[in-house]
Amino acid sequence: MKDKIRELLGKLGGLPVAVDTLADGADLYAAGLSSFASVQLMLGIEDAFDIEFPDHLLNRKSFASIDAIAETVSAIVEGREAA
Amino acid sequence: MDMQVTFLDRLFDSGLLIDTGVEGLYARSGTFEDVITGFERLIDKFSGETGAEVIRFPPGMNRSYFEGSGYMKNFPQLAGTVHCFCGDDLAHADLIQCMAAGEDWTGGQKASDIVLTPAACYPLYPIVAKRGNLQAGGGLFNIQSYCFRHEPSMDPARMQLFRMREFVRMGKPADVMAFRQEWMEKGKELMAQVALPVDIDVANDPFFGRAGRLMKNNQRDQNLKFELLIPITSVSKPTACMSFNYHQDHFGKTWDLKTVDGETAHTACVGFGLERIALALFHHHGLDPKLWPQQVRDALFG
Repeated sequence: MKDKIRELLGKLGGLPVAVDTLADGADLYAAGLSSFASVQLMLGIEDAFDIEFPDHLLNRKSFASIDAIAETVSAIVEGREAA
Repeated sequence: MDMQVTFLDRLFDSGLLIDTGVEGLYARSGTFEDVITGFERLIDKFSGETGAEVIRFPPGMNRSYFEGSGYMKNFPQLAGTVHCFCGDDLAHADLIQCMAAGEDWTGGQKASDIVLTPAACYPLYPIVAKRGNLQAGGGLFNIQSYCFRHEPSMDPARMQLFRMREFVRMGKPADVMAFRQEWMEKGKELMAQVALPVDIDVANDPFFGRAGRLMKNNQRDQNLKFELLIPITSVSKPTACMSFNYHQDHFGKTWDLKTVDGETAHTACVGFGLERIALALFHHHGLDPKLWPQQVRDALFG
């Protein structure tokens, strides 16, 4: 999952640095992720994983790092499977 | 809702606003305009921003600047474009026929180079960026424009065409943030001079759609927007009469606006909703300015 997230981040994140240079826990906002790019990333992730972010997860924290994105996506997928 | 209709009806009955048949599109009386003029004078006297470059904009802006601003990414529901007839005799005949038959005659209208200005500072950034790097100390502007937002409403404080007065600061992050912080205090003092009760709270812009939810939350999480709120048509939902916005490097990056050192400039703006402030004055002090408290009259007309 993180590979896919990295791929999307590279494509949609508009970061001034290569995604390979970022650790999973690195702060993406500090790395240059803009608000607008985070929206593009959100839409790309929804498409790639066939999920929809619920309103309460549409916040800055959910996209703060590759780890945070993976946790958020996992929580949504698990929630869907449990439902 | 009833309270809103009542205040709007009272404004119509008193002649302060004149109904045009479209919600949010009103003509203003001389008395209404005197209040706006008085308040603008008070802003200038009070602001201390004496070095600001004064610019007054028409209500439309260059379409290419509008497109470059990214407004349609975030607020497509609010924008208004100017479309014009560009056809020949035959197309004109069709148009007249459609209009006479009460059918849609607008299909052939073509987009002009003008878009209605959505916020007073939108035309400013590209104009300043074209001049080259900012001078040492950055830039400070005193601007005003009629603005358009497509949001028909019976709430007189939510007009579709209204004036926005702004001070805009451009430069280094620390200077720009300090400017905004100072104005949050000054805004309260200014409203105290005209005896209006205020609250300041964190806010967000009306970003469109689900993606907009993320933008709203981002904006709030980072404290990028504050509003000065005054109860006008509702006590539980007071009206934003001023806003204090820190854009970080958004407009700097968008327009390649640079500081004297060649760094991407940060920007902030402080906006006054002039009609809203006039409405707040009429709501709190009564519909006849001659009967307003002397302190308020002195501040506005002294």
